[in-house]
Amino acid sequence: MEFVYFLIRRALWSVVVLIGLSMTIFVIARVLPGDPARMALGPRASQQQVNQLKAKMGLNLPLVEQYERFAVGAAHGDLGLSLLSQRPVNDDIAATFAATLELVLVTIVFAFAVGVPLGVLAAANKDSWIDNLVRLGTIFGAVTPSFLLALMLQVLAGYVLHALPTTGRTSPDSAAVADITGLLLVDTLMKGNFAGFVDAFKHILLPMIALSAATTGQIARITRASVIDVARQDYIEAARAFGIPSFVRVFKYTLRPAFVPPLTILGLEFASLIGNAFVVELVFSWPGMASYGVRAILQKDLNAVMGVVMISGLFFVIANFLIDVAVGFVDPRVRISGQRA
Amino acid sequence: MSAAITPGGRRWRRFRRNPTAVIGLAIVLVVLFAAAFAPWISPYPSHVGAVVNFRARHQPPSLHYLFGTDNVGRDIFSRVLFGYRISLLLAGAVLGVAVPVGVALGLIAGYFGGWVETIIMRVNDISLAIPPLVMALAVTTVLTPSLLHSMLAIAALWWTWHTRLIYSITRTLRHQEFIEAAETLGASKLHILFRELLPNCASAILVKVSLDFGFVILVGAALSYLGLGVQPPTPDLGTMVAAGADFLPERWWEALLPGAAILFVALGFNLLGDGLRDLFDVESVR
Repeated sequence: MEFVYFLIRRALWSVVVLIGLSMTIFVIARVLPGDPARMALGPRASQQQVNQLKAKMGLNLPLVEQYERFAVGAAHGDLGLSLLSQRPVNDDIAATFAATLELVLVTIVFAFAVGVPLGVLAAANKDSWIDNLVRLGTIFGAVTPSFLLALMLQVLAGYVLHALPTTGRTSPDSAAVADITGLLLVDTLMKGNFAGFVDAFKHILLPMIALSAATTGQIARITRASVIDVARQDYIEAARAFGIPSFVRVFKYTLRPAFVPPLTILGLEFASLIGNAFVVELVFSWPGMASYGVRAILQKDLNAVMGVVMISGLFFVIANFLIDVAVGFVDPRVRISGQRA
Repeated sequence: MSAAITPGGRRWRRFRRNPTAVIGLAIVLVVLFAAAFAPWISPYPSHVGAVVNFRARHQPPSLHYLFGTDNVGRDIFSRVLFGYRISLLLAGAVLGVAVPVGVALGLIAGYFGGWVETIIMRVNDISLAIPPLVMALAVTTVLTPSLLHSMLAIAALWWTWHTRLIYSITRTLRHQEFIEAAETLGASKLHILFRELLPNCASAILVKVSLDFGFVILVGAALSYLGLGVQPPTPDLGTMVAAGADFLPERWWEALLPGAAILFVALGFNLLGDGLRDLFDVESVR
């Protein structure tokens, strides 16, 4: 029961964060100097055209009223019209968000699948050459600019080895469409389109590796530290003394609690993951929200930019809420006390 | 070193035994040197500007042009040296604002508690929800893309990490005896915050700043790679990678060598921070 209260508290708090986020975005968009209507129309538009667009966008209203419009709209899932395409920003983001979601999800799975075993391996061989190698790998993962890694992968796997496609989400001749969940890998499997799945998988491989480097390293590092920390606890020694089989000791009593810190870290990593997705998507022409956002920024499409920032924040908040739930499942202390360890 | 065993001397000896830390320090010193003396050590100092030398364009790396030349014939090595000035300036300015603000807020939230703590840490949570790169993108849309605006946008979010770090340290110290002793003796709040608590955070701050120098440089490079940071013809490492990417893979040096230069400086600060973390035994700092 305490866990339910904990989750309700976290959910309410997520709403507060979103309100704060909307205020921040509003301040950037409306209070900082700069005229959104003038920016959208360009320097050659007449003052009359600018005034017309201002009236249409509600830029003549008092700031409080403008914020109210923005916040109420956003709460109803209405992020306004794109200044350039005159289409609702929602539609544009909805069309691109699934591709970003797919890339980020696959990246997280990959980062855990590689990072956790590496961390455990390093912890089990503490201070050996394996440990040092993993440590070196994590450092390089953290300090390699994601765009540099993306470019290098593109050159190496695409142009030199001709092993993998270097741009886009599907091959031009692929008929696969993501019309069920929006996630191409899932949808092709659900429809039994195995060739489409392989094609989509080949396309996502390079962006995934480029995006996951820093996160994988971070997870490996945290896993290593937390396994070493748990293995030192008295209850592990006690379990050994009681003659509990070693695989139970390792998997149930060591690895399970050691899994909580990397999970918690993932929540904080999320922000940099979304940020880096902007760069990686651009290099691989991945048709995601980040590519859309960068285009919007270069064209000074303010409503679209606000929408992208808002959705990025929402993504972060939801991810962190889900992580809280996951931590509760792994760590009974959180479930019972209703507090984060 | 002198024969006397001072605490500083012992630290230095432990530091020297840590190969990653020594390599990190060496890289940082090389980069600082390159940036400080760029006008004197770069082979073609005039190539920082909008110089055009079409006869020497797209030259591969050679003794004349260590890192080759770009698409208008400028020496990439010279531009990398000057690019380090911009990277260090960006990181220095961002951390120069974000660290004092973040540390002060962390001390205040951790020591006073109550509603002050609630407000500071809740604003902190909100700021964490915005990726710094995305924030910088939004700010540079409204204002014009420039070095100054990138700095402002990154600094506006970067304080959060320092606040969290100092807050967690301060909270564990708040009820320790030396703080209670100072309070009993009637020490002022300012004295307790800055003379009692702050020195106990010093090593953690040092480690964090060293690591952050690399990370801020990476965020700044990503911004200018997207064309939203430093504007040409000012030589910036991220901008140079973006310009060179058009000529991959044949003219690999134009993108990959400036990219390697970013990696080099970020690696230096990271190794140094890692070494300092071992030295001061502050495992919690990331």
